[in-house]
Amino acid sequence: MFEFCAAPDTLDSLRWTACYLSNGVHMSFYGAFVKVLLLLAVTAPVALGFGFVGAMAARAPFAPLRWFGKSYIALVRGVPDIAFFLFFVIALDQAIEWLRHKALCPDWDQPIRQGNDFVVCQAAKMPLGNAAQWVHESYGFALAVVTFAIVFGAFAANVLFGAMRAVPHAQLETAAAYGMSRRQTFWRVLVPQMWVFALPGLSNLWMVLIKATPLLFLLGVEDIVYWARELGGTKTPRFTDYPHGDWRMWYFLALLVFYLAFTKFSESVLDRIMARLTKGQATAGGEAQRKAAA
Amino acid sequence: MKNLILTTAALALTAGMAMAEGKTIRMGTEGAYPPYNFINDAGEVDGFERELGDELCARAALTCEWVKNDWDSIIPNLVSGNYDTIIAGMSITDERDEVIDFTQDYFPPTASAYVAASDGVDVGSAIVAAQTATIQAGYIASSGATLVEFATPEETVAAVRNGEADAVFADADYLVPLVEASGGELMFVGDRVPLGGGVGMGLRESDGELRGKFDAAITSMKADGTLNTLLKKWFGDETQTY
Repeated sequence: MFEFCAAPDTLDSLRWTACYLSNGVHMSFYGAFVKVLLLLAVTAPVALGFGFVGAMAARAPFAPLRWFGKSYIALVRGVPDIAFFLFFVIALDQAIEWLRHKALCPDWDQPIRQGNDFVVCQAAKMPLGNAAQWVHESYGFALAVVTFAIVFGAFAANVLFGAMRAVPHAQLETAAAYGMSRRQTFWRVLVPQMWVFALPGLSNLWMVLIKATPLLFLLGVEDIVYWARELGGTKTPRFTDYPHGDWRMWYFLALLVFYLAFTKFSESVLDRIMARLTKGQATAGGEAQRKAAA
Repeated sequence: MKNLILTTAALALTAGMAMAEGKTIRMGTEGAYPPYNFINDAGEVDGFERELGDELCARAALTCEWVKNDWDSIIPNLVSGNYDTIIAGMSITDERDEVIDFTQDYFPPTASAYVAASDGVDVGSAIVAAQTATIQAGYIASSGATLVEFATPEETVAAVRNGEADAVFADADYLVPLVEASGGELMFVGDRVPLGGGVGMGLRESDGELRGKFDAAITSMKADGTLNTLLKKWFGDETQTY
């Protein structure tokens, strides 16, 4: 990046550090931070959507829908994350390719399962075998988002399900007495009031989600923990211009600072949302706000 | 001569077909096992296998692309079709051969070695670190020593440095540069152990055609001596050659 970086072993330590921190691998490392933040930004709303639908299904009057919602919550919450990430992603990927294979290659005569191998025709590959590397990476990233959304959606569904039940029953009865339909009661009375009960649980989930991003590497997405481990590892002079000892401690220290700072930032944002949601609610928090204002 | 022309024609034809299909061969590697494969300063896959793989692809007239994958899941991702080959210093063993296929070896059966932080470690009864799911881990588990496994090669060496393990057991070629650079902190102990049936490229069992192409390319590199030149370049002059 800098011109003086041509011969790193002749540099003083300050310039050496500048060169070291701006070489190609470090750029990938910084890119991984963006990747993680992007994943969080995309996953959180999607997971919340999954959760909302799950919670709605779990309290539906129509029995099969209710069973579906309840078993989604119970199943996904019960399976260890790491098993889910190892198994589900490969299964999802193969399911997509199988469907494309059926649609695109009807005259394929070989079996799809050959021993351990999963073989589909070239046109059914997802993404296509000759696609650029960034397409493969985006596909991996999309799979990651879906998987995270399903896992965290189940937890969110449970939180929202509880929150919907925590809304005082008198509120719903009053709505009914005013002649609101079930649907109107749900959207106009229940949903606006439930967030305040859901937020503590959801904020927990958000914190867990922030720290769950290293699972990305299981999905083939190179995240910050992978790069910290890779970059911090001992480098011998034969294979790099910047040899160093085991620096993983420093890299992980940097990650620690990043995660703590991000947690702190999240907390202050969540506090603001909480204050806003509490406004005018029939809860202890809402009562305190009223008294403070008066 | 006639044969040569025929083979060249056949090669050109298959190459043409591969081009027509537009198939890119995706080469899966770990990127954490110098000198076999590692990530260089520019963030790209580098090392003996990078150079070898590029040459093999050129000889087989294939378009290749490099993909990194964790060692733990490197075989499952191959069989489910996320990439087409494993070229990651993987020794040919019977257990692996049941799940995937190997080309002929492009690296002679390797010697594995013990490295410790002090002399006089009895490798038969010590606590020995090795990477998970490697032939070295399998060997230690049956040798009577206590095995501690780690996910990456880096961690196995770190375990010796911080005293968690008495010794690390890995490919000698991986350990040599580390011992050299440690300035006397690390040293070889015990005898070297020949393990495995050489290092080969892993492919899906259903991918016989691709395996044939790479096999032919390896044979031609062995025949004209370029493989030996590469081996000497990356592993030093004393390394075993063909």
